[in-house]
Amino acid sequence: MIPLAFEYERADSAEAAIAALARHGDEAKLLAGGHSLLPLMKLRLAAPAVIVDIGRLSDLSYVRDEGAHLAIGALTRHHDLATSDLLAAEAPLLRHAAGQVGDPQVRHRGTIGGSVVHGDPASDLPAVLLAMRASVVVRGPGGERTIAADDLFTGFLETTVGPDELLTEIKVPKTAGAGWSFQKLARRSQDWAIVGVALQLGDQPGIGLVNMAPQPTRAVDAEAALSAGASPSEVGRSASAEGDPSADLNASVEYRRHLAGVLVGRAVAEAQGS
Amino acid sequence: MQISITVNGRERTSEVEPRTLLVHHIRDELGLTGTNVGCDTTSCGACTVLLDGESVKSCTLLAVQADGESITTIEGLADGEKLHPVQAAFREHHGLQCGFCTPGMVMAAVSLLAEQPDPTEHDVREGLEGNLCRCTGYHNIVRAVLAAAEGSQA
Amino acid sequence: MRIEDPALLTVGGTYVADLRAPELDGAAYVTYVRSTIAHAEITSVDLTEARSAPGVLGVFAAADLDLDRLPSASPILPDAMRRPMLATGRVRFVGEPVVAIVSERPEQGVDAADLVWIDYEPLPAVVDPTEAARDEVLVHPDAGTNVAMDIAGRTGDELFEGCELVVRAEMVNQRLAAVPLEVRSAASAWVDGRIWQWSSTQHAHGVRDSLAEVYGMDPAAVRVIAPDVGGGFGAKIGSTPEEVLLPWLARQVGRPVRWTETRSENMVGMGHGRGQHQTVEIGGRRDGRVEAYRLTVLQDGGAYPSMGSVLPFLTRMMAPGTYDIARVDVAARSVATNTTSTVAYRGAGRPEATAAIERAMDLFAAEAGLDPAEVRRRNVIPADAFPHTTAMGVTYDIGDYEQALDLVLDAAGYEDLRAEQARRRAADEQVQLGIGVSLYVEVTAGPRAGSEHARVVVESDGSATVYTGSSSHGQGHHTAFTSLVSERLGIAPERITIVHGDTDQVERGAGTMGSRSLQLGGSAIHEAAGEVIERALPIAARLLDTDVHEIRFDPTTGRFSGPDGSAAAGVGWVEVAGTSQFDGAPLAAAVDFTAESPTYPFGAHVAVVDVDTETGRVVLRRHIAVDDAGRILNPLLAEGQRHGGIAQGAAQALLEEVCFDEDGNPVTSNLADYAVISAAELPSFELVDMETPTPINPLGAKGIGESGTIGSTPAVQSAVVDALAHLGVRHVDMPATPERVWRAIRAAQT
Repeated sequence: MIPLAFEYERADSAEAAIAALARHGDEAKLLAGGHSLLPLMKLRLAAPAVIVDIGRLSDLSYVRDEGAHLAIGALTRHHDLATSDLLAAEAPLLRHAAGQVGDPQVRHRGTIGGSVVHGDPASDLPAVLLAMRASVVVRGPGGERTIAADDLFTGFLETTVGPDELLTEIKVPKTAGAGWSFQKLARRSQDWAIVGVALQLGDQPGIGLVNMAPQPTRAVDAEAALSAGASPSEVGRSASAEGDPSADLNASVEYRRHLAGVLVGRAVAEAQGS
Repeated sequence: MQISITVNGRERTSEVEPRTLLVHHIRDELGLTGTNVGCDTTSCGACTVLLDGESVKSCTLLAVQADGESITTIEGLADGEKLHPVQAAFREHHGLQCGFCTPGMVMAAVSLLAEQPDPTEHDVREGLEGNLCRCTGYHNIVRAVLAAAEGSQA
Repeated sequence: MRIEDPALLTVGGTYVADLRAPELDGAAYVTYVRSTIAHAEITSVDLTEARSAPGVLGVFAAADLDLDRLPSASPILPDAMRRPMLATGRVRFVGEPVVAIVSERPEQGVDAADLVWIDYEPLPAVVDPTEAARDEVLVHPDAGTNVAMDIAGRTGDELFEGCELVVRAEMVNQRLAAVPLEVRSAASAWVDGRIWQWSSTQHAHGVRDSLAEVYGMDPAAVRVIAPDVGGGFGAKIGSTPEEVLLPWLARQVGRPVRWTETRSENMVGMGHGRGQHQTVEIGGRRDGRVEAYRLTVLQDGGAYPSMGSVLPFLTRMMAPGTYDIARVDVAARSVATNTTSTVAYRGAGRPEATAAIERAMDLFAAEAGLDPAEVRRRNVIPADAFPHTTAMGVTYDIGDYEQALDLVLDAAGYEDLRAEQARRRAADEQVQLGIGVSLYVEVTAGPRAGSEHARVVVESDGSATVYTGSSSHGQGHHTAFTSLVSERLGIAPERITIVHGDTDQVERGAGTMGSRSLQLGGSAIHEAAGEVIERALPIAARLLDTDVHEIRFDPTTGRFSGPDGSAAAGVGWVEVAGTSQFDGAPLAAAVDFTAESPTYPFGAHVAVVDVDTETGRVVLRRHIAVDDAGRILNPLLAEGQRHGGIAQGAAQALLEEVCFDEDGNPVTSNLADYAVISAAELPSFELVDMETPTPINPLGAKGIGESGTIGSTPAVQSAVVDALAHLGVRHVDMPATPERVWRAIRAAQT
């Protein structure tokens, strides 16, 4: 319940945060809302020597209309996403899913950037970003670069965001009018999904899966089936063969695959309004 | 490092270790023991306080993160002798037994009603998903929150 | 409204960790280093680094101790299985304390714990009780067996002779964590050569006696105080090494000490509940009449068999439930395993009995092709048969089980529910409706005739103080006992003080457990108050200058009057108590109330669930309960007990289970992994009133604390199975997780 002692630095700008990361190297961890990192630190499963607090970078908390896409500041909290009128109109899948993360207290503190860089396969929002074919902007000592969601998640709690980089923004295509669905089966309302499905229809339909691989993942075969006009249950069947799920306290591999099939099928049916 | 937090309307300045969790700061340094610790995984909500009016789990914030902010604990909710409508409703509807989850539950309910002044039973149940109670089966807690909502609507 | 609530709602209760007693000034903090392995020899313990860590006042392992092992929870348990204060020679479960650290500040103890080096030589761990019963791996080699308790059955196959149908099934009443929201917490100080111990306990006097025994002291030299207690549910009845060691640690460092565990420690360190593997066999006629029943229990006792290992006696006692079954036999055995010890948990042995017989009745009904409610009706003990002695030799005081069944079926709209179920089945809907019916009878304030102490004092200012051996941890004793005394003595509630949970102030006490507080503690207070009136009468007579037989006491005003009948002309408590005090003795009476037998609350529950046949997900839609606890003195408190009980029972049926991997590593050791039920998984409950007063005590009251749990668990479990009955599913073990339900459907289809 008590983290190991660490040095604490408060960054007053994105540049200062990046400089601090450069200074401390692997020793340092960024702290945004803290709802991925602090739980690990309290159990001493994580023990960074330096914490760089970026929680006060309020200029990184926004949801903006940038024409073709929406720009979301990395420090935007789940609660702000879940109550955003702009998201309601232009990215309803993200808005809805943000309202399903954790519980109200967690949503008041947790940030989309923190959730994304944590790269947890059990998290809801990474699957949504995959389904929506979003991208993220990161800034580091070498300047700024954009990473497609597809290229972001590489392994269990591993992303392609470098240890010296700061995720600053998420770019989400506008999806007004397109069908979508978010399916989450959890033991309890506050729990992580046993399996979750984020589905976004559009020119390029996307299906993101929660907890179906070591990292957040897309069901590419199912997407292809969907584009080819397969029925919901056919798309589901395809999804159930994808990913690389593992067994845990709540589900075997077999059951996870079964659930992925059922939930993807339901997601397709709901999104298509059938 | 030195931090300054406005706690229940009063500014409190203290020296803290960066690793000090907000809940430990509230209890041990500020002496406000109404806020309880019920778990170590951000699950139970017993430590819920309001941070700038919104419910947060004070076990999952460092005290230094609250520097310069304003927090409200259960001790700051009543107006002198007059109970806050949510406190009064918990009393009226027997929404507590052992009382350990109660401060966090009440603060979560206050935040919920600020965001959803006219909730359905389903809204209340979902809205309290982050707060565990082992005594009441939630039945009377839900009744109390609905009654508090109705009272302030009237 | 409760007297307790204003403080709890405004500044919070004063739990052990909140205490600011002057005797605890300068207290140091205790941190335990726990075993990370289920079964191993301890080959070395290196405390050097930890001892020199900042703020550390002392670090101790078993070799440093000069204390006996913990007193046994029951004389029938083998002495060789008694528990040491710190693991000695070997560790027997993950979470067993090995080293104690005392530090100035809590974080220093946690930091120093990282510097304790313990080497283990792993031993094979025995986790499954069935495997433990084979005695291939011994948890306590000195005991020569893992069997801690054994109750032999009395019959063989002849039990089912002549039965037209016999059904047999194996089921698991899974291990649960009690999860009081307040974890274990205690503080200890030496005050004038005495131990003062503050403890989050259900039974202060029990803790006192344990400490006295371990420290070789007179119980009078130990003071135990239970301040506000944040829930217990049975798991805070006994004493644990972490608490009992505190006075020793305080003496070593020459300072008071405080200890509060973390939740992760609590989930492995505090005793677990349930943990029975059961085999049921039920036989009878095709018309639904049950003639014979056998229950075979294998109880998981955990590493150091404790209260949980003797609970099968209660399971045995209540095995036939509400049914009049001619031939019943029970065999039970408790075994040690390399897991956390099992203790009492809400219901303690009776939910296990009820779950077994209720599942058995469902299986029998299914085999006979009859409605499960109807089969129950055909077998219940009739209302005119009380007091009724069962085949187990247990005499139930009073009941009307058929009426309870009628009331609950009516309130549920049973026929309509069955019609809706038939419609969904015919339409082959993806979400099926399940209806579960349970009937229960349990034993409270038992298993033998219980007793409780009370002392009522009317002070010379006319106020009253009540000293009770019962010990509240959320039940609302202050409110209940205050109203009892107020109604009896005519003293305003705000002038009544309830004192409990302090062994210096209350002479004796059996604590709060087994749904005993109102019927025993309340009866004791009721009688003590009556005795105070008896003692007051002659004083009033003297003051009013009349014969004692002429004195009338009016409990609505609290005044004594003479033959003219006018209360105004009479005297009140101030005069009477003042005179008594002036005469040299306070106006007081102490009573030890002993019931002639336990009481047997009963009831009937109906649960209604939706089961998604594709995902296996279950949603509890409605829960309807009839709980007859005899006379209800305070409906608000009684309903609260029922609500909480129903939720915990539903949680067992649907969500909760303590799990270990095959090596004995706990996999549900925090509240993220162990799924305590939340508001979002539950409906509001529908309670139906029924009151059949018991003749056993002057209040007519039975216990209500555990009924909800006992009745709800089998109703919810049965509802899940019922939803899938048309698919051929006959049983789903608890908790009915989505995967388990899905597998049951799949197994039935192949």
